[in-house]
Amino acid sequence: MFSIIRTIWHVFLHLFAPRMTVPYPEKQRELPPRYRGRIVLTRDPDGAERCVACYLCAAACPVDCIALQAAEDVDGRRYPAFFRINFSRCIFCGFCEEACPTCAIQLTPNVEMAEYDRQYLVYEKEDLLINGVGKYHDYNFYRVSGMAIRDKDKGEAEGERPPVEVQSLLP
Amino acid sequence: MNELLRILLTVVGVLLGVMTLAPGLIWGERRLLALWQDRCGPNRVGPFGSLQLVADMIKILTKEDWIPPFADKPVFIIAPSIIVTATLSSFAVVVFAPGIAVADLNIGVLFFLAMSAMAVYSVALGGWASNNKYALLGSIRAVGQMLSYEVFMALSLMGVVALSGSFSFGDIVEAQRDLWFCVPQCLGLAVFFIAALAETRRVPLDLPEAESELVAGYHTEYSGMKFAMFFLGEYIGVTLNAVIIVALFFGGWHGPWLPPVVWFLLKTLAVIGLFVLIRASLPRPRYDQLMEFGWKALLPLALLNLLATGAIILARGG
Ligand code: SF4
Ligand code: SF4
Repeated sequence: MFSIIRTIWHVFLHLFAPRMTVPYPEKQRELPPRYRGRIVLTRDPDGAERCVACYLCAAACPVDCIALQAAEDVDGRRYPAFFRINFSRCIFCGFCEEACPTCAIQLTPNVEMAEYDRQYLVYEKEDLLINGVGKYHDYNFYRVSGMAIRDKDKGEAEGERPPVEVQSLLP
Repeated sequence: MNELLRILLTVVGVLLGVMTLAPGLIWGERRLLALWQDRCGPNRVGPFGSLQLVADMIKILTKEDWIPPFADKPVFIIAPSIIVTATLSSFAVVVFAPGIAVADLNIGVLFFLAMSAMAVYSVALGGWASNNKYALLGSIRAVGQMLSYEVFMALSLMGVVALSGSFSFGDIVEAQRDLWFCVPQCLGLAVFFIAALAETRRVPLDLPEAESELVAGYHTEYSGMKFAMFFLGEYIGVTLNAVIIVALFFGGWHGPWLPPVVWFLLKTLAVIGLFVLIRASLPRPRYDQLMEFGWKALLPLALLNLLATGAIILARGG
């Protein structure tokens, strides 16, 4: 009996407690930088596209909302000819970001991407590609990988030893 | 002629007042509940969200009014209107201020009890006509609960009637000029308050609806305007019970400085606020607990209260 009255009194006191609700459009919440929102394709510090069109993100995506087509440019670098994310299906799980070997695809704390028309939720490469490095400032895939491109042969990457002449190892 | 005009004006005034207060209560309750749960509540439509009600109205009026093919059609349609009619007509006997009453019957209290008993039909028929097991379970519970609590409700009021010596609301309020009946009749007030909660099927005693067990209880199959009638009926019921509590226990229109009607309104709003507060704080009991509490605690309390009141009146008056 007493506990019931005490409960009622305590609930009444909540009248003067601060509200938990954030009145959204007027007041924005500060989202942490690793929040999983709108997806972007980033560039490496030299300004070239990071994505090497390896399809790993498309394979990792649980709802299959990434579509892309690989191509190769004159330098021998791979890039996506088109890169399409259907945001009406994306569940913002972040698996694509985890799968990506080049830190190209990244999720950002921007969540305001509502549309009245579903068509507008299909983002093409122009919409996804940004002019920055995103969360990883210094990473440049071609500079650290053993892949040969025009101005960099095998064995010239950072921390890479020259390729071993296999035949010279023969006894 | 003048007399007729006055009566007509009162009728229209009371109807308008109740019909704005009861739906306004829906917004008020949502707002208050939100405040007590550290939320904001509906605050977008109109100033402080007060036009939320209009938005809700438009929504519910444009909804499909669906009658399930397996339902008993005439009964299904009549059921929701009974509750609104019954609760609304109870307002006829309440005296809001000296001279402001549709009909100050000399059996006002009895009329109110009879009308609140009528509301049981609405719930019972609604659940039965829906031909749905959840609806039926809900209405069985509702009938059991409302009929039981009806008993204590009536008994708890008899102390007030004995003290004032009249069944008429006007006389009862007049008898509280010096001392509000909430003091000598505090037991009766407590019993009546709990019974009123059960009569209006409010949380925590909302077992007939009990979303977590019965979908929506007796109005599971209702939609659109018919559902709105049940909903409105509940809120008119809350208003009615608040009005009755004010008139019988809190001195009706008596109060300093302000005009009588304003006092009555203020007190009513305060009691409604208490109803909402209780909804915000207490969980729902089990059905057998509800019944046990009613018959084993409230009934003896009400009887004891009545006995003691009678004895004291006898000892005093001889
Ligand atoms: S966040 Fe998840 S669902 Fe969205 S594109 Fe990446 S992997 Fe697919
Ligand atoms: S975004 Fe990353 S994972 Fe996806 S194709 Fe490009 S490089 Fe591969």
